[in-house]
Amino acid sequence: MVSLLDIIGPVMVGPSSSHTAGACRLGLLARGLVSGTPHAALMELHGSFARTGEGHGTDKALVAGLLGFRPDDERIRNALQIAEQEGLDYRFEKTTLSDSAHPNTVRMTLEQGGIKAMMVGSSLGAGRVLVTEIDGYPVEVTGNFHTIALVAEDRKGSIARITGILAEHDINIATLRLTRKQRGGDAFMVIECDDSPGEAVRDEIRVLDWVRWARRLDRVSGG
Amino acid sequence: MYRALAEAIRDAEQRGHTLARVALELEADDQGRTVADIRSALGRALAIMKGAIGDGMKGDLMSSSGLVGGDAAKLRTGPAGPLAGTPFRDILARALAVQEVNAAMGVIVAAPTAGGAGVLPAVLTGLASARRIPDEKVIDGLAAAGLIGAVIAERASLSGAEGGCQAETGAAAGMAAGAATEMLGGTPSQVGHAVALTMQGMLGLVCDPLGGLVELPCVFRNATGSAIALAGIEMALAGITFAIPVDEVIDVMGEIGREMDVRYRETAGGGLAATPTGRRLAKERLYQIKRS
Repeated sequence: MVSLLDIIGPVMVGPSSSHTAGACRLGLLARGLVSGTPHAALMELHGSFARTGEGHGTDKALVAGLLGFRPDDERIRNALQIAEQEGLDYRFEKTTLSDSAHPNTVRMTLEQGGIKAMMVGSSLGAGRVLVTEIDGYPVEVTGNFHTIALVAEDRKGSIARITGILAEHDINIATLRLTRKQRGGDAFMVIECDDSPGEAVRDEIRVLDWVRWARRLDRVSGG
Repeated sequence: MYRALAEAIRDAEQRGHTLARVALELEADDQGRTVADIRSALGRALAIMKGAIGDGMKGDLMSSSGLVGGDAAKLRTGPAGPLAGTPFRDILARALAVQEVNAAMGVIVAAPTAGGAGVLPAVLTGLASARRIPDEKVIDGLAAAGLIGAVIAERASLSGAEGGCQAETGAAAGMAAGAATEMLGGTPSQVGHAVALTMQGMLGLVCDPLGGLVELPCVFRNATGSAIALAGIEMALAGITFAIPVDEVIDVMGEIGREMDVRYRETAGGGLAATPTGRRLAKERLYQIKRS
């Protein structure tokens, strides 16, 4: 659902809501997957992102998001230099994803410490974004909520255990989506929450021995 | 938010409310926030809009490529034309000012997008200044504009890459026209006609920025888009109606966008971007950006 404040906003550094603000938000979401500023990032640009990204500052904005800058942060202008100072080794490539991919799409492959993550996301216009793939699993993450993404063994009671942890912390769930590649294989869970789960909740989920990894993607839009 | 402007207009008429009030109450409900909270967020947006107009009017900003900048100030201090001293000329200047700030990577409010960010602040604050309308009414205007934009996002698109410039400055002009019509005392039904009368004049407009930069013609499209919004407002307030319902006008904008060749959707492959001069300027300027 489109929010009124998505339309009258975001407040942002120009020049393009889809190529600059949206790109920055995709960078911010991807940053959550590796729990901080990655040390290496490959960004494969598709469609209009590839063709006109440079002039719109898409490169600066994606990197700015990875650095944790929000779309109204004037440091976006100097994000590439700041990335070099902070040891973020970024690389851009032009690519063609599937024909059905949105014209403003990026595939980001990030590394931070021992963590590696891959995310595909699109900038839909007016700064709105949609993450469509995380580590090969199809998802729909809008960034309008605080999101937890996790991969766990496919076993009985796993949803109850995790939603129980959220309930204990007084966190309301907006959406929950569970997918798996095969029975008994890994299950992928995306939980969008109204309230911020915080590091403590993520860690409580992460230490469960049947959870392979859990990440927190902070809300990046929706007022 | 609503999926059809006709539904919002019907609700507003049945309750005897403005579209702004209908929009604010529904948004508060949707987001679990108070109307006062949303109004204060819109108030902050208005302050940023005014700041961008002020910064751009000074005339000392240049885009990173050097293609645009300084033209808002010319409307303020340059030789008089037939519309000198009118709100019309002032609104053109305001629209250029916001876009010049945007092209210089300054802070703006994307309303609905950055590429079309000049139209709504220019039309609303320009008319408010001419008619001494208080900020609270302008904030109502932003709420009504948000409702109109949300319907356009649902039914068509707000992205130049998806729908051409008609989806960016065209949508912005429709939002500005509807919002200003209500701000000036128009009825919800007149708001619908103002949006339709404005958007019909922007149908088919391509997105063809030189080198893919949100500079040329984007800066000027915000000024001409504002002019078309003023035409829509003037006609709607005079009681003129548009025979095609506003939601159908929005739908056809979306349809034209989907049918539009990819060259005309923000790829710099067609339109002004592909003219001999457009290509030459883009090549020179992109080279300059890379060196800077």
